[in-house]
Amino acid sequence: MPISHLSHWGLLVTGDPLLYGADASIILASVGIVFVLTYFKKWKWLWREWLTTVDHKRIGIMYLIAAVLMLFRAGTDALMMRTQLALPNQHFLGPEHYDQIFTTHGTIMIFFMAMPFIFALMNIAVPLQIGARDVAFPYLNAISFWLFFFGAMLLNLSFVIGGSPDAGWTSYAPLAGLHFDPGPGENFYLLSLQITGIGSIATGINFLATIFKMRAPGMTLMKMPLFTWSIVATNILIIFAFPALAVALALLLIDRIAGAHFFTIHAGGLPMMYINMFWIWGHPEVYIVLLPAFGVFSEVVATFSRKTIFGYKAMVSSMLVISVVSYFVWAHHFFTMGGGVSVNSFFAVASMLIGIPTGVKVFNWMFTMYRGRIRMKMPMLWTIAFIPCFVLGGASGMMLAVAPVDYQFHNSYFLVAHFHEMLIGGVVFGMFAALYYWWPKVFGFILDEKWGRWAFWFWNIGFYVCFEPQYALGLMGMQRRMYTYPSGMGWTALNFISTIGAFLMGIGFLVMAGGIVYSIFKGERDLTGDPWDGRTLEWSLPSPAPHYNFAVIPTITDRDQWWTLKEQGKQDTLRPRPEDIQPIHMPKNSAKPFLIGVAFFAAGFGFVFNWYVLAAAGLFCIVILLLVRSFEYHSDYHIPVDEVVHTETALGRL
Amino acid sequence: MAAIVEHTHGRVEHDPRPVEYTVKDDSLKIFGFWLFLATDMILFATLFATFVVLRTHVATGPSGHQLFDVQGFIEETFILLTSSFTGGMSTFFMRRGSVRGTVGWLLVTAVLGASFVTLEITEFLHYVSIGATMQTSAFLSAFFTLVGTHGAHVSLGIVWMLAIVIQLFRYGITPATARRVFIVNLYWHFLDVVWVFIFTVVYLTGVMM
Amino acid sequence: MKAGKVRRRTLTYAGLGAAVAIFLTGCGTQFQLLNPAGPVARTELNLFDISIVLILIVIVPVIGLLLYIVYRYRDIPGNTAPYDPHFSDNRVLEFIWWGIPIIIVAILGVVTVRTTISLAQPPGSTSNASPMTIEVTSLDWKWLFQYPGHKLATVNYAEIPVGVPVQFILTSNAPMNSFWVPRLGGQEYTMPGMALRLWLQANQPGDYYGHGANFTGRGFAHTTFHVIAVPMAKYDQWVKHVKTTAPALTLTGYKNLAIPNVVGELTYSSYPANSFYNTVMNDGGRFMPSTMQVETSLHH
Repeated sequence: MPISHLSHWGLLVTGDPLLYGADASIILASVGIVFVLTYFKKWKWLWREWLTTVDHKRIGIMYLIAAVLMLFRAGTDALMMRTQLALPNQHFLGPEHYDQIFTTHGTIMIFFMAMPFIFALMNIAVPLQIGARDVAFPYLNAISFWLFFFGAMLLNLSFVIGGSPDAGWTSYAPLAGLHFDPGPGENFYLLSLQITGIGSIATGINFLATIFKMRAPGMTLMKMPLFTWSIVATNILIIFAFPALAVALALLLIDRIAGAHFFTIHAGGLPMMYINMFWIWGHPEVYIVLLPAFGVFSEVVATFSRKTIFGYKAMVSSMLVISVVSYFVWAHHFFTMGGGVSVNSFFAVASMLIGIPTGVKVFNWMFTMYRGRIRMKMPMLWTIAFIPCFVLGGASGMMLAVAPVDYQFHNSYFLVAHFHEMLIGGVVFGMFAALYYWWPKVFGFILDEKWGRWAFWFWNIGFYVCFEPQYALGLMGMQRRMYTYPSGMGWTALNFISTIGAFLMGIGFLVMAGGIVYSIFKGERDLTGDPWDGRTLEWSLPSPAPHYNFAVIPTITDRDQWWTLKEQGKQDTLRPRPEDIQPIHMPKNSAKPFLIGVAFFAAGFGFVFNWYVLAAAGLFCIVILLLVRSFEYHSDYHIPVDEVVHTETALGRL
Repeated sequence: MAAIVEHTHGRVEHDPRPVEYTVKDDSLKIFGFWLFLATDMILFATLFATFVVLRTHVATGPSGHQLFDVQGFIEETFILLTSSFTGGMSTFFMRRGSVRGTVGWLLVTAVLGASFVTLEITEFLHYVSIGATMQTSAFLSAFFTLVGTHGAHVSLGIVWMLAIVIQLFRYGITPATARRVFIVNLYWHFLDVVWVFIFTVVYLTGVMM
Repeated sequence: MKAGKVRRRTLTYAGLGAAVAIFLTGCGTQFQLLNPAGPVARTELNLFDISIVLILIVIVPVIGLLLYIVYRYRDIPGNTAPYDPHFSDNRVLEFIWWGIPIIIVAILGVVTVRTTISLAQPPGSTSNASPMTIEVTSLDWKWLFQYPGHKLATVNYAEIPVGVPVQFILTSNAPMNSFWVPRLGGQEYTMPGMALRLWLQANQPGDYYGHGANFTGRGFAHTTFHVIAVPMAKYDQWVKHVKTTAPALTLTGYKNLAIPNVVGELTYSSYPANSFYNTVMNDGGRFMPSTMQVETSLHH
């Protein structure tokens, strides 16, 4: 039989040409980065302007870069899987590698691609939309970023040191327990997610405080832009869902490194409990990444239809209903675990109910376009592409919510197709819409339309070619997570087509990246600050916004403040008048968030390999850094009026 | 503009708000801390759920009924509840602008907290010495994790209080130090509430079962 | 002009023909879920059909409306469609699109609950035969079937009589897996320390593909098994044959089976007494009597 040898694990992962290739490219890339930074004398710049920044806009950019890089990494995982599955009985990847790759694909896509992408958007857009100069806790915001960053580094490190996790992104016990999964890979998973999860909780707290307490005068809750509302809903979910994940991960880690019996088979452990805890976080998580996309679509659809959003109140209430109901659907991830008639019925009906507010949102978007003037710019194209994809994915989701139907489709490729349709068609398309939408605000130039359209069509055609066959494969009885399959099941042709689609999406990614590079040099500069004829406050600012955002905090009277002023020809009311400018209170940069990230990384790495001295040292450094911060009384400064006047004049606003 | 007034670190006379709320940044941090407590509450709720599910899974180990010493956990409870009161006293004196009162009561609170932690460590060591460890059964894994997480919170609170005591000596009572005193006490009261649940769900129910 | 029309028509027919061909072959047995071979799978397929119809009521108009709106209101010079930048509220419309999904969910909810309840019962027997029981243990990476009625055991295949409701009682002595025979019905997890019940029944003889559906590690792709449904007489013959020719499964033999590896099909004429019950109890079952859906039938 092909699987007779146990996987060997030493410190360095060896034994496979693919891995050596990856090792070599990682080393080359690192050397290259170090060389470029040294050659251009950019180290100081990097440290002062980026690594120690507490500016929400820069943190947003760092999240964005990280998210795109992780999309590349986890996308490469996906292409390797699809290559392996293109034909039956292939040996491109063995079971060990395939298991690791599908695990890291899912883990990275959720935690290190989708999450930083939404954090990037929150950071980039929310303070500008509500008329704030930064988030409530800029220093904590930097800590969140560095926890995410070093969490991501820790997980990616497992690829070359120790071995990647291989129990699936859900990491179900007891398979993920020490008995069935020795080796450090699973520890990497648990610790990297724990570290990034702490950062996520902090972000949730931070943005709720920002939105509830720092809105410009006059901006009541029901005058907030819908993207900001979506971030409220998302962050409520984050602060109530992520602690459950933190506990699930911690208990599994305690099982693994301290020999406890939470989820083991013996001594009274209860594996089923892990699955419950994981999905108590896991289903809200779906909406944590989806709701911001809803917010983006609401902004884009109104802007590019030149029309007020249809049913603002219904949009807000549907998001809040979704965030509440999404806590009561988690068991639909395991209808087949013997929950019994009453449990399954409850969760089935709750899962269907969540489709109602979601469906209402789709209608509202469409009727925003109705009697509008639809401009087919890149953000709008992605939004229009999202609707049919999401509707199809939602339809298959409704079928999966029907518990007895789920008995058949659970863990099949039908399910795989469903959630990719939601997560790519819903989340990723939304992130792309946002990328093209807010890019000029962040960087001061517009992403090229022609490259964008090529990327768009590669992505969209690739998407349907890749995932629609997987619905059929599900109907043919193909399970997910098989590293290979026999011929003669009728699965071959559809798998091959699906692989072609995956590669088309890969090309789409490359074209998109090419478009970004092209636009850096040749993209149209955004000199007005309002390239899309926008509606909300961020478009009243120059692109990119000065680091204090608003020289004078505006007073809000309308929901679409900027649009209303433009209609009335009163844009100038949002320009600062010299006599109104006061010294601006801003937070100072700090190295400590970065160092806290390093300390967490060291502690995490120590726990992965049971090197408790390193782990203790890391934890000790964290406590010391927190104490040092507690003793800091001058972490802020004031920008003098002269400097503000100077900056605003240079921007042509005075 | 209002911001400049709000960020001068002197207390505005006749401001009806408590001192810790007089500066916008500080009141924002208090709001943020309430949100943090909400997340911590979910964390403990999850640990409680775990414990409740696993408490009968004693395997070959002892049950709570065989293990828990009534006098021990009653003492712990009394000490921690008292410390919540003394913590409240420190807030009371902080509002009256008395550094000595605030520091004194904070130190009393920290000492009570330390004796609570000492008792708890002694209790744990006793269990380990009779072979009731985290590795013995799912019940004990859940017990040590739930009660230990609370103990770790208390220990961290003690270190935090001591740091604030030093700052009070250094800066007196300002909106910034007052906010720290207020928040550490919020934290402390929260831990007290959690302990009330541990007392009921873990110990009291344990000895009854 | 005419030639063009003809060519277009030919293309249309060719397209239709291809679609029909795909549909026909598609509904060949390779689409296992669309070809139920027993009442459980049939019920689930019916529910699938109902849900498709209900959902199409929503999604077809939505996609049609989307195409229409995007085309009609696109921003091109000279577009005569009305432009109303402040149209943002309409009670009637909102009432419709809150109402229709609510009605659909209500209907779907009712049929879901009814079917969920019915699937927890034994399927209606075609031959009035009394139900039989097979105990299933998932191991790394194989399936052990024990027949308490005949005290025989098989690995990676199970013979069942046609037309008889079979109560599969599921557990795992390894990481959890999921027991799935697509043409007979939906799956159920095999959980360590738990004994879950799954009713299935085959109404036509055949060799049905089964597979573990929940990832269990390196050997997961090889956790295939077969459920072979045969007429009662043949089934009795098979039992007799096994009882007389197959070796016994000893305790040592069971321990060897529990070693993580992949094996072929095996047959045993007997197995250690209470071995299924002991597996469940030892893997945690003794702590959670409430998860024993089938406790009474276990002890034998």
